[in-house]
Amino acid sequence: MTDDQANRRPAGMAPRPGQWLVALPPTAFLLVFFAGPVLLLFAASFLAPGDFGGLAPVRQEGRWALTLDAYGFFFSDWIYAEIFLRSFVVAALTTVLCLVLGYPLALAIAQSPRRRRELLILLVVLPFASNFLIRTYAWIIVLGPMDLLYSPVAVIVGLVYVHLPFMILPLCINLEKHDPALLEAAQDLGAGVWTRFVRITLPLSMPGIRAGSALVFIPVLGMFAVPELLGGTRDILIGNLIKEQFLDNRDWPLGSTLSVLLTVAVLLLVGIAAWAGRPRESIS
Amino acid sequence: MSLLEIRNVTRRFGRLAAVDRVSLSVDAGEFFTLVGPSGCGKTTLLRMIAGFEEPDEGDLLLDGRPLAGIPPERRPVHTVFQSYALFPHMSVAENVAFPLQMAGTPARDIDGRVREALELVHLDDRAQHLPAQLSGGQKQRVALARALIGKPRLLLLDEPLAALDAKLREQITGELIALQRAVGISFVFVTHSQHEALALSHRLAVMNCGHVEQVGSPEEIYARPANRFVAGFIGTINLLPVEVREATPAALRLFAGGLGEIISTPQPGLCTGDRGTLALRPEQVRIIADGGDPMTENRARGSVRDCLYLGDVTVYRIAIAGGVVIEALLANRDPGVNRFLERDAPVIIGWARDSGVFLRD
Repeated sequence: MTDDQANRRPAGMAPRPGQWLVALPPTAFLLVFFAGPVLLLFAASFLAPGDFGGLAPVRQEGRWALTLDAYGFFFSDWIYAEIFLRSFVVAALTTVLCLVLGYPLALAIAQSPRRRRELLILLVVLPFASNFLIRTYAWIIVLGPMDLLYSPVAVIVGLVYVHLPFMILPLCINLEKHDPALLEAAQDLGAGVWTRFVRITLPLSMPGIRAGSALVFIPVLGMFAVPELLGGTRDILIGNLIKEQFLDNRDWPLGSTLSVLLTVAVLLLVGIAAWAGRPRESIS
Repeated sequence: MSLLEIRNVTRRFGRLAAVDRVSLSVDAGEFFTLVGPSGCGKTTLLRMIAGFEEPDEGDLLLDGRPLAGIPPERRPVHTVFQSYALFPHMSVAENVAFPLQMAGTPARDIDGRVREALELVHLDDRAQHLPAQLSGGQKQRVALARALIGKPRLLLLDEPLAALDAKLREQITGELIALQRAVGISFVFVTHSQHEALALSHRLAVMNCGHVEQVGSPEEIYARPANRFVAGFIGTINLLPVEVREATPAALRLFAGGLGEIISTPQPGLCTGDRGTLALRPEQVRIIADGGDPMTENRARGSVRDCLYLGDVTVYRIAIAGGVVIEALLANRDPGVNRFLERDAPVIIGWARDSGVFLRD
């Protein structure tokens, strides 16, 4: 059964009032602490920077106004577009590497006996028990002697290391639901081991691949700690750029503009991915 | 030469022998059934034929060639799984085309053969549907088409009807017989249902605890069960403990507590004093109201303990002296009229000398 089917509500079952009540606290939380700030950020991108940071209102002919200055600044210099592009390439590369490294491991975990499976999943999430910054610092010790520190390779290694569990876990959850009878049926009908993987396991794991890829790709785009600690001065990503505007340059409108543009780009990509991976049209 | 030879095959799981020294043969074009209670080893035997298990001892031969070491994907044997195992991300047509693609059939031939196979199971109008959009019976037919399209030497069916409701099961039973006749491929069918085994098979093997208890046609198995297990497993039967009084080529005289002397068909190799069981089908027992004459060699007086009205027949349980209870079956030829025997009514039961089989302990 695919994820879409599992989530489908049985026909003719209307949501009860109680369900809305239960959904109220998280909805309120998200409205106040997520939707609100996003709107503030959006508004800030149309304002001017204050003299000592913060935001300054824009006055034109004595009236309140909005300005596209920050957007103009972004599009005036190719360096920003280049950082955007590089960030997407780094995020894509990290995602692909996580997938290539994580898939065999997820498959091995999903196919191992139940008790060992629990142990292996525990091992996958065990790094979360120590602080992410400390683990990234540890890579300095590892990569330093190898002469890889402060290079794009170090950034990719660090990003893959940090995000690998986010690829493995959704893949595991998907792969352990596969009916082993399907592989037996394919084998019975003449499929060798590689064909069984390509024709059965891989297509059925697409929801897991999509979920894992989203969980890796999107956070990597906003990541600034790993490039800052492991990368050179030329290895900065959008995350670093945004952080710089808010903390170092004190140009909040530009920082907000970069955030808005990043969000729009991610939404576009997710939209395209969702459209490309939509469930098959069925005839009824 | 038979198509499939199973020679002295044993398969152990730990210390338990799931299949214990089984020898069987299946002929070309035959509908062969393995029937037995769950855990009797029938599915393990099927999985060994498919190649998912290897025997610990013994040999499997297909067309005279040993199957040992040949993986499932290279055996000309296809399986209809109990859960059907249809590929959920492929349409009906893609599912059915799968074995042809695996066999390297040219793409231009595949469409036509898929259409033929779907017509064979009356699903040509469902080719573009996904398995999730099909009913249980339709899924079952897709699984059949998919397993048959590659023209295997042998088709294995692992309880394919178990997941269907009774009415559909009956209908598909009929379709299976017609289908097997149409394609001419040997079927090895695994079931725990004696009804399916009797209705479908040319021959069946009754299995228990890893052993084959009896092999034969449905008529042979039903009318002449080889032992108490087969007698009790296939159909319902009265099992009466008896002792041989006199065994001559002319007649077999038995003695049973409560019933007295019983005359039965002679069997070679029996001596006075041998203990055993008389197996008597309920439909072989005549039952009439007290005072009548059942016109049979064997008879006994008793009373109706209870009766079970099943529509087409009524099952009476008759209490005889000495605590013996005999089940008798009465066809309701005129429904509504024939239910004449009340509880505790005195009756006479009787059965012919050639009814019933003596089974030695």
